[in-house]
Amino acid sequence: MNETTKELLKIISDFDGEFKGAYNIREDGQCAARESTENIKIESKKDAPGLVIHIKPHTKGEKVYIPACVTKSGVDDLVYNDFYVGEGADVTIVAGCGVHTTGVEEARHNGIHRFILEKDSKVLYQEKHIGTGKQEGIRRIDPVTDVELGENSKLTMDTVQLSGVDYTTRTTRGVLGEGAKLIIKERIMTDGKEQAKTDFYVELKGENSGVDLMSRSVARDESYQEYHSVIKGMNVCTGHSECDAILVGNGKVSASPQLDAEHPDAALIHEAAIGKIAGEQILKLRTLGLTEEEAEQKIISGFLK
Amino acid sequence: MLRLENIKWSLDDGRGILNDVSLEIPDAKLVVITGPNGGGKTTLAKTVAGLITPESGKIFFDGQDITELDITQRAKLGISYAFQQPVRFKGLTVRDLLELAAGRQLKQPEICELLGKVGLCKNDFIDREVNASLSGGEIKRIEIATVLARNTKLSIFDEPEAGIDLWSFAGLVDVFKEVKNKVKGTLMIISHQERILEIADEIVVISAGKVEASGAAQEILPKLVSGSRTPRPCERGAQA
Repeated sequence: MNETTKELLKIISDFDGEFKGAYNIREDGQCAARESTENIKIESKKDAPGLVIHIKPHTKGEKVYIPACVTKSGVDDLVYNDFYVGEGADVTIVAGCGVHTTGVEEARHNGIHRFILEKDSKVLYQEKHIGTGKQEGIRRIDPVTDVELGENSKLTMDTVQLSGVDYTTRTTRGVLGEGAKLIIKERIMTDGKEQAKTDFYVELKGENSGVDLMSRSVARDESYQEYHSVIKGMNVCTGHSECDAILVGNGKVSASPQLDAEHPDAALIHEAAIGKIAGEQILKLRTLGLTEEEAEQKIISGFLK
Repeated sequence: MLRLENIKWSLDDGRGILNDVSLEIPDAKLVVITGPNGGGKTTLAKTVAGLITPESGKIFFDGQDITELDITQRAKLGISYAFQQPVRFKGLTVRDLLELAAGRQLKQPEICELLGKVGLCKNDFIDREVNASLSGGEIKRIEIATVLARNTKLSIFDEPEAGIDLWSFAGLVDVFKEVKNKVKGTLMIISHQERILEIADEIVVISAGKVEASGAAQEILPKLVSGSRTPRPCERGAQA
């Protein structure tokens, strides 16, 4: 494992020299380290680059780390990771990604994740993305996440893109069974000329299934963000999406939420708000002794927390 | 001590809101600024906090001319301002706001004490976002708590009763009674509620942008009560 990977790991998965639990560290398309545990088995995928991760039924409180780092320009890393989460398991999956440029060529990571959650299982999925390196090479991360949620299972996705990623297209697709819940909390900050696109497509197929999708973004400078979500209510179900964006400088945001109610008892809601930081918020924090710049910084960091 | 000298401020259409206001607010007193709606009370409070810059006149705080200082500079000198309509923040929690107000990290017991002072059950609120999910009464109390957390020489509360229900208001009066006993600095409350006026040391009446009367509460309050033009409920349907 090289020093750039160690630095990226600190940021994306709070790495302090070791991981406690099962892990696989991917560095420039290769496996840098791997460890399975009794309940969580990590194996190489046979038909494509990537991993197959099996979590035994009723595994409780364990963590699995699968960070991926691209540490130089000219690397185009494509990986397929499949997670099979057994019945009644309750685990945390930490899957950060960092891309670092060292020259004029592009550095890219494209992670395609599939989650198959069995009945009554619960997963907290945490993902941080960051780009580093001062070279002019483009840093790109294009994650695709496919989710199949079985009866009464629950997946909570907590994703953050911190900074330095020039282009990203994030695609998340989910199919929910009876009583299944999908909760997505996404935060993205772009600056400079960065572009970020997010695309959600969720089918609420099972009776009493539900999705809660919250996206918060900050677009600074000349950056651009696009948000598109489709929530399809195909049964007695609840769907809620909330898209909030703060514009700073000449940042631009386009949001197009779509709700498709295909069942008379589908209850779908969307809320969206895009705009600059409210002047009153800055004034309030200034009356507490903060400067205008400090106030703006606090409001943004709180918003993206 | 806060001293205002010949403060003038008018709207864009030329209508005068503060018409040559001169006033002294003594130290360590609870001073209530009252008067009819539209009389200039909130404008006066905002002028002291630096949210509004007067067209002419001077403001002195502890002998220092602060007329040209901005909001941040005045806050750092020891002036706090509780908004009439508290601002909501997506993402910032009650703890975040109180720590920003205090200028440092606060220990759990310190936050509990602050929230206790404004009558909020601490465990329900510490990690709650200061967003639209809070009721009018709750956010008003949190706004007051942010000012208390600063513990400054001058604390201004702009119509603390505005936008809250009768039951929450009764509790707020108790909050100010408590604050009066515990806080050493000057409290300046903009209000036209009799129950707030009753706990004042001094009362200033602002009307049509001018100081109509000012002095000890025991002198001013009886005149206000006897001269009240507020219609009683039984008079509303009466024939003229």
